[in-house]
Amino acid sequence: MKRRALLLVFAVLVLSALPFVVADPYWLHLLIMSIMYMMLAASVDIIYGYAGQLNLGQAAFAAIGAYVTALLMLRLHISYWVAMPLSGLGAAFFGLLLGFPTLRLRGLYLGIATMGFSEIVRLVLLTWSSLTRGPMGLPGIPSPTIGSFAIESKTAYYYLILVYLLITIFSIQRLVNSRVGRAWIAIREDETAAMAMGIDTARYKVMAFSLGAFFAGIAGSFYAVYISFVSPDAFKMMDSYLIFAMPAVGGMGTMLGPLIGALIIYVLPEATRVFSDYRMLWVGALLVVVMVSEPRGVLGGVASLIERSRRARQES
Amino acid sequence: MAILQQFAQQLINGLVIGLIYSLIALGYTMVFGILGFINFAHGDVYMIGAFLGLVLLGTGAFNFAAAMLGAMILTAVVGVAIELVCYRPVRRFGKGFEDAMLVSAIGVSIFLETLAQVIWGTETHPMGLVIPKVVYQVGGLYISSLQVLIALVSIGLMIVLHLFVTRTVTGTAMRATAQNTMAARLMGISVNRIVAVTFAIGSFLAAAGGMLVGAYFDAVYPLMGWTAGIKAFTAAVLGGIGSIPGAMLAGVIIGIVETLGAAYISSAFRDGFAFIILILTLLFLPSGLFRVRRGEGKV
Repeated sequence: MKRRALLLVFAVLVLSALPFVVADPYWLHLLIMSIMYMMLAASVDIIYGYAGQLNLGQAAFAAIGAYVTALLMLRLHISYWVAMPLSGLGAAFFGLLLGFPTLRLRGLYLGIATMGFSEIVRLVLLTWSSLTRGPMGLPGIPSPTIGSFAIESKTAYYYLILVYLLITIFSIQRLVNSRVGRAWIAIREDETAAMAMGIDTARYKVMAFSLGAFFAGIAGSFYAVYISFVSPDAFKMMDSYLIFAMPAVGGMGTMLGPLIGALIIYVLPEATRVFSDYRMLWVGALLVVVMVSEPRGVLGGVASLIERSRRARQES
Repeated sequence: MAILQQFAQQLINGLVIGLIYSLIALGYTMVFGILGFINFAHGDVYMIGAFLGLVLLGTGAFNFAAAMLGAMILTAVVGVAIELVCYRPVRRFGKGFEDAMLVSAIGVSIFLETLAQVIWGTETHPMGLVIPKVVYQVGGLYISSLQVLIALVSIGLMIVLHLFVTRTVTGTAMRATAQNTMAARLMGISVNRIVAVTFAIGSFLAAAGGMLVGAYFDAVYPLMGWTAGIKAFTAAVLGGIGSIPGAMLAGVIIGIVETLGAAYISSAFRDGFAFIILILTLLFLPSGLFRVRRGEGKV
């Protein structure tokens, strides 16, 4: 247990030191975006990885969060630090709404309903021109400020999103190791059995959806101030696929899985520039390869490798 | 009279497009009947079929009938290859990993859509005039030669499918596997072979649908599988997923509802009607028009 805590502290230290090592602005941008994707991947992992509810529309929650922040800051000149939690709550409210269909739908039926939801969000953003300026988007979103210090440099944004990610992971871990998380896992494994054990499945499913939406909304809010521009194209259908694929490839329902998945799916194509034009080709192929070889993802593969070598050692 | 005539005209238009939805829906429903698995990538297989047909037409060596048959055969091969490479290996994990096949299908869908965009670009390709354009006038109703072709080909294919499923040994084995996989296996049926045959037939029919749609709207594009896939999937669910006659009937119902809705309610909302039918079906008639009793011992 102590070793794990030490490792965590070490990892956080390394992540905090990264901006001093990475001077190139392109690489720093890549780091920031990949941490944002890690946060989104962790948020969808609550809904699919832990509670077992297929969600192919997670990008819509990020879009809602981004637009709430953009509109509040541009139209009402509200401080980012007020707009950010409101973005999370706004997305969580829609997560709550979307959670209700889950009470009747399962598997792919639910997946298609979430896709429909994200399509509706995109169409509303596109057509409600008086509020969102439609396809032109909302430019010039101001930077967040702390006192007289404005978060403008890439390094400052890096620390901001890093803090968000750490809070997200910490909260998810606390939840998962509580009564709530055990209820989610029970629902994922066998919904009927969970109900028979007295778990209020409806409540926990809706809770998973709104919590997952909350963290995605915060990530979207970050995106709005970091890029300082949002448009309906910012979070599309393909982004939902991308976000969904991250925990699936890395290892669903684990702490590290979504993070590893985000590295493999987002950073690798960008960094090597081999696949960057065909990233979705890589994502599709990767999903198939992982499901065919080890449905528990990269982490599951590592776990079974360790298990195998341990057994081999005991036998010899 | 004019109102009635217009209504009848819309019915015919809806019937024609609905027959194509039926063809695609059969692929969803047959695979579900045997594996209890919804092939998320089926709509993209249909798109691949249309593009393969377009490529064959483009060589100039084939007329429309030959290109369509060629596309159907090639797509059947693609469908079986997908089953062998992407789905069959996942089934060995068995219980607890039911979702893995679905995730793999999502991967296949993403892969095929992107692949088509990489090879053929994102633009819409015209298929051109595939048969001489003649408009017949029957009692004040207009029916184009293309509509007649679509109706003849789809109904013909469905009759052949019906005969195949009910009259041949392989067809009987398919029905047996759908009823009870374990018992079918005990009777000496190679379930994996039946699954492969099912994927081949589903993809074969989907390619026919892709070619017919491509000819009807004179448009083939990489994302065409998404809307058609949703509509055909809705048809499969409305018909009672797993039921072959159900899918045939429900496809036509959806085609007609959609065409009437576009004509009398809102043409901009054309693609939305199938979605509404899907939601209503799931809420009020989850087992569909023809309820299928699922057997025990699925693979």
